[in-house]
Amino acid sequence: MIEVKDLQKSFGEAHILKGITTTFEKGKTNLIIGQSGSGKTVFLKCLLGLFDYEEGSIAYDGHIFSKLTEDEKRNMRAKIGMVFQGSALFDSMTIAENVMFPLQMFTKQSKSEMQDRVDFVLKRVNLPDAHNKMPSEASGGMQKRVAIARAIVNKPRYLFCDEPNSGLDPKTAIVIDNLIKEITEEYQITTVINSHDMNSVMEIGEKIVFLKDGLKAWEGSKETIFRTDNEVVTDFVYSSNLFKKVRKMYLEENS
Amino acid sequence: MTYLHNIGAYFLMIVEMFRKPTKWSVMKQLILKDIDDLIIGSLGIVAFIAFFVGGVVTIQTALNIDNPLIPKYLVGFATRQSIILEFAPTFISIVMAGKVGSFITSSIGTMRVTEQIDALEVMGINSLNYLVFPKFISLMLYPFVISIAMFLGILGGMAACVYGGFSSLDDYIVGIQMDFIPFHITYAFIKTFAFAFILATIPSFHGYYMKGGALEVGKASTTAFVWTSVVIILLNYLLTQMLLSA
Repeated sequence: MIEVKDLQKSFGEAHILKGITTTFEKGKTNLIIGQSGSGKTVFLKCLLGLFDYEEGSIAYDGHIFSKLTEDEKRNMRAKIGMVFQGSALFDSMTIAENVMFPLQMFTKQSKSEMQDRVDFVLKRVNLPDAHNKMPSEASGGMQKRVAIARAIVNKPRYLFCDEPNSGLDPKTAIVIDNLIKEITEEYQITTVINSHDMNSVMEIGEKIVFLKDGLKAWEGSKETIFRTDNEVVTDFVYSSNLFKKVRKMYLEENS
Repeated sequence: MTYLHNIGAYFLMIVEMFRKPTKWSVMKQLILKDIDDLIIGSLGIVAFIAFFVGGVVTIQTALNIDNPLIPKYLVGFATRQSIILEFAPTFISIVMAGKVGSFITSSIGTMRVTEQIDALEVMGINSLNYLVFPKFISLMLYPFVISIAMFLGILGGMAACVYGGFSSLDDYIVGIQMDFIPFHITYAFIKTFAFAFILATIPSFHGYYMKGGALEVGKASTTAFVWTSVVIILLNYLLTQMLLSA
């Protein structure tokens, strides 16, 4: 579980996060949604420890990150898996080397043990034959799956995904969403996903935090988001006619 | 203020580069790869430039000695001094600032743009140690490149001198052995080590701290080349003043 209390972050005069308090639960897919410029990426980078923040705290299973020593922070980061928006695969390495990288850096496993683990996770993300390809030879969807494989190869406790569906076709996007959800449940990881994609919200949003202007405007789940009368949320989530109709049908069926 | 900030950030980067070392089994591979990219990969262009510029130095020297009282072996002497003292360590370093420097800046800058550096940081890896330290260690072999440049420069001078008919082979060989001061080689290698450090760190700094996209990667490479060259020239002046005029 990740507990965030009164998180505040500024860049010069610009106050980006204005005091966010929330929790992200273990074994669940937690989504952060909001318009562009609402502070989602800054929030995610604060959670990852890539940005320092002025006020508040972030606790990973009770350990407040800012109070850890450098070594403890390093150990904590080894328990974090991250899927970047652009996949961020190392382009000088093959797909298998990319996936093996966290094992080489943080474990004392033998080459064959590492190879077995790489084979296992590449199979898990449905890429059993992609070992020797370079990232540039892989499609966007494959790159995302490799990024997921690299993120989970060292059995992380926390998985962060920054817009994992951006640039993917709807079918591949659903495959990625379901893969993240399955992995979250299977390994009991605390997963936090930063997303714009309303399909993801409806498919896998077990907990949803809606940000607006650096503040938490609403939180709930994919079930409660249909019933909310919070105008800020409904304006954003049901901005398209299709989602308006979906909501109407859902409310009629469940009234 | 920006300059002061950048100078401070540069020195902080150097300190950070030595902290939290990467696992040796991984670092060893990175160093070998960088030796291949930065040292072995530069030998061709360095050999080509050194040989022909050595020839040009000889021709220019020979053509400017029009007094019949000046012995012909001075062509070899002047070529040796020019190549060992300045051409090989300094001129080749400026060429390397273009070749190796822009490679370092663009490769690290592209990693920044595509969030690969963020990926390293998230994993708890000291990205400066992982990316810059192997380049620094590989470039400690840079004096090897300069030794080859010295040898080929003098060889090129000899070829130009003999085949151009400016003096005999014997005169040239007498000239390159005349009044040889071994400290000049030491001086050249001290400069070379200093330039190697600059070649590894200034382009890395510009790549690592760049912001923006592909266009900015190109701009960072240009800026890195300019600053690497400026620092090499200034350092050359300071080291020459300290080591030779004392």
